Amino acid sequence: MSSDKVVHLPEGLRLFPGAGALLGPLDKLVNWGRAGSIWPVTFGLACCAIEMMDTGASTNDQDRFGILFRASPRQADCMVVAGTLTKKMAPALRRVYDQMPEPRYVMAMGSCACSGGVFDTYAVTQGVDQIVPVDVYVPGCPPRPEALLEGFLKLKEKIMAEEFRWSSVR
Amino acid sequence: MEQRAIADTLKTQFSEEVVDIVEYQGQVGVLLRPDQIVPILRWLRDSADLRMDHLRALCGVDNSKRKTSYPERFEVVYQLYSTELRHEIRLRVLLPEKDPHVDSVVSLWSGANWLEREVFDMFGIRFNQHPNLKRVLLPDDWEGHPLRKEYPLKGRKEWQGLVELKERIQELDQHGFYPPPPVEAKKGGTAKKGAKNPVEPQKTVAQAAAGPASAGKEKTATVAAALPAGVNTGKTLRERDQA
Repeated sequence: MSSDKVVHLPEGLRLFPGAGALLGPLDKLVNWGRAGSIWPVTFGLACCAIEMMDTGASTNDQDRFGILFRASPRQADCMVVAGTLTKKMAPALRRVYDQMPEPRYVMAMGSCACSGGVFDTYAVTQGVDQIVPVDVYVPGCPPRPEALLEGFLKLKEKIMAEEFRWSSVR
Repeated sequence: MEQRAIADTLKTQFSEEVVDIVEYQGQVGVLLRPDQIVPILRWLRDSADLRMDHLRALCGVDNSKRKTSYPERFEVVYQLYSTELRHEIRLRVLLPEKDPHVDSVVSLWSGANWLEREVFDMFGIRFNQHPNLKRVLLPDDWEGHPLRKEYPLKGRKEWQGLVELKERIQELDQHGFYPPPPVEAKKGGTAKKGAKNPVEPQKTVAQAAAGPASAGKEKTATVAAALPAGVNTGKTLRERDQA
């Protein structure tokens, strides 16, 4: 097996096999590292959480994308909001989000998290984007595990396209 | 024992309290007055040939949107079951629209604690002698009881906790990696104008403090400055526009 097939380099990075060195823009290097190790914190709220657990099971093998669920926001850089967010729960969601270090991303999983779903009522927030900024919306009621995986791949694409997200000073 | 037979024994035992016995698709419900509910349930639980030891469910009902006639607006429904004799019965306690309240049955089944709290939360029905009667599902500072029929689906106004959270979010988002500038820009401008204005009244206060001792001319000047507190902003705005 040749060395360039062990690791898939994103476009724009160049490997110097003899020197063991990589050359490329810092954006590419940083984004490559982040996109290859998305560690989501679970925020299961309803039935979508069951599908999220299923996504984490061995059949789907998230680990091949570098995705492993963490049980703590402080070790995570992505939050999967899976299920109906009630107003009473909203402050807790925001607190968990605030405990995550930058860079942080949010995925809204399921109709309820995206838009409130069928629960257009007094007690339910109409989409978690009222509380936290959402990067990827995964619709479905609930979405299949494949849909959530697709969401993670979309997030990966988004991370790869970021610029200067490693310094506030450009 | 058959449900009908249980209802009939209940009626012979507490004839004053039983309002009616209704049957629908083989299920029997006993309509009761609220006053003696604890003795009735205790008797059902402890009597040797009934032994209703299990409170399956306790819930509230609001009859006010019923198309057929109904005796009272609210009901509290007790579903009882005997795990030994395997028979069951439904008791419906009728409660008036004004100040609905009934005695708590936590002393008989401690599992009724949260069920009664839920009924209180959703219907505003009070349970006397309840050890801890506060909301169980909704936040403590919620207004209204959502399962009452007059409660609108979206509520009358936003819950204060969410309003406060949204205010806090605006501030917290400023510390994120991508702080959102466009929404705050105009507000910041008005806030600055607001910050400018308090300086002017302070001046007038200082003048007023100095005023009474000095001449009347100064007094009139301070009055002129003090009067148009709201108009002042208009003046500065106009001046700004001209400039």
